[in-house]
Amino acid sequence: MKTDINPISGGANMARRSFLRYAGAGAAAVAVLGATACHKDRVMVDPVNGTDIGSGDIGILNYAYALEQLEAAFYTQVVATPYSGITNLELTYMTDIRDHEVIHREFFKAALGTSAIKQLTPDFSKINFSSRDNVLATAKAFEDLGVQAYDGAGYLIQSATYLTIAGKIVSVEARHAALIANLINGGSFVSSDQVDANGLNGSKAIADVLPIANAFLKTKVSASSFNYTI
Amino acid sequence: MNIFNIIDEIEKVDPEITERLNPRRAAIKNITSFGSKVAVAALPFALGTMLKRAYGAASTTDVVGVLNFALTLEYLEAAFYNQGFASTGLIPSGNSDYIGVIRRDENAHVKFLQNVITSLNATPVQASTYDFTGGNNKGNGPFKDVFTNYATFLAVAQVFEDTGVRAYKGQAPVLLGNQTVLTAALSIHAVEARHASAIRKLRRDLNQAPNNKPYIVSSASLGNDTGLSLVDANYAGEENVTQGGVNLVTALNVSTEAASAAFDEPLTKDQVTSLVVGSFIVQ
Repeated sequence: MKTDINPISGGANMARRSFLRYAGAGAAAVAVLGATACHKDRVMVDPVNGTDIGSGDIGILNYAYALEQLEAAFYTQVVATPYSGITNLELTYMTDIRDHEVIHREFFKAALGTSAIKQLTPDFSKINFSSRDNVLATAKAFEDLGVQAYDGAGYLIQSATYLTIAGKIVSVEARHAALIANLINGGSFVSSDQVDANGLNGSKAIADVLPIANAFLKTKVSASSFNYTI
Repeated sequence: MNIFNIIDEIEKVDPEITERLNPRRAAIKNITSFGSKVAVAALPFALGTMLKRAYGAASTTDVVGVLNFALTLEYLEAAFYNQGFASTGLIPSGNSDYIGVIRRDENAHVKFLQNVITSLNATPVQASTYDFTGGNNKGNGPFKDVFTNYATFLAVAQVFEDTGVRAYKGQAPVLLGNQTVLTAALSIHAVEARHASAIRKLRRDLNQAPNNKPYIVSSASLGNDTGLSLVDANYAGEENVTQGGVNLVTALNVSTEAASAAFDEPLTKDQVTSLVVGSFIVQ
């Protein structure tokens, strides 16, 4: 797969267009095959108060985009209103993680272009951002969820390029997850709630991840092509 | 509907389609003659199967190859931590639980991979002889004090963990679409990343690497953020900031450090082999 577009001379828009051309053509090919193979259920639904990720690789990319939007919004708030007693090093870590999540979010937004789901409105009303315990517990929940989501959706990805990109991101999410776990309780970075006796991280299906994410979202995300409707 | 139009369309975005299909040229020929004999409506299914073969569904041989490669690396890591714990006075008692869970996971990975390979009616590779000084059995490699100096032990641990993450990531495309094996591989990959994060944090907390972050923070010119130039090759390419054709630094106006840290980069099997065989894995 050739992705050697010159991003410097081409500039951001050029790179974006090229990426889209690829994504769009891929989706078209899938649509052709899908239509002939009678996959009539693969219709994008956009509920009034929500958004549907769509089908195929675009659906998986939108799924990742949704989760990254949630994480980015969370850490943006954490850094804007740090919990009481935060150390300089903890604030540095939170800022780094915020930056990574924002980059992930913006990357997916650029990659998806017009196929992207809308901007999601978070609902953080249940989070006490002044409490270290509460913020770190929520951060752990989001990071662990993110890792399990990527690992659980990997096999659904049809393009090797997208699979590699997902792989590049999930290990960074796992690094975050371990860091947050260690901040909560030193040495808990592979605790049994996440890693089983075979040394495998847990993984979750889309239909099991989105209800958890939706609890923190005003804009509800559905995945009708992946067995999750609202 | 013309099957070759579809391939032409795909070729526009994936110039390697013909190459991908090439090993199955016979299959294409079959489909062509097949098309004249059976209902055109059957073609999409035949094409779907052919594309799935070209793009997904690796052969069992390929899958076993990935698993044995992974097992080779897990043997290396498990032996490293086992030997570390066997070295009296190396791991401080205050850290034995912390390092112990990593040792536990690596040994579990060995058993798990052996079982999976066996379940595929294949034979797991054997463990090798190791020289954790990096001296290819001479015991006098660049990390001579790896089992007497805790700082060296942790530095080597970090490099093994970071490299392991890259190795698994590089193999993911071979397992494309394989729900069982890809998911398992991604699940180990995530655990290796958790280990890497934890070792990096520990080295910082012990002031052995005071600027270490749990993630790999590369500069524009150097992937390696360990300060140990000996392992530059283990981190080569981590400085990449272009993802899917989008240069994140210019497109998003973010720092190279943030953009490189936000994405971990893969290594090929050959790259990984050259990093560990003939040094840590005795040849």
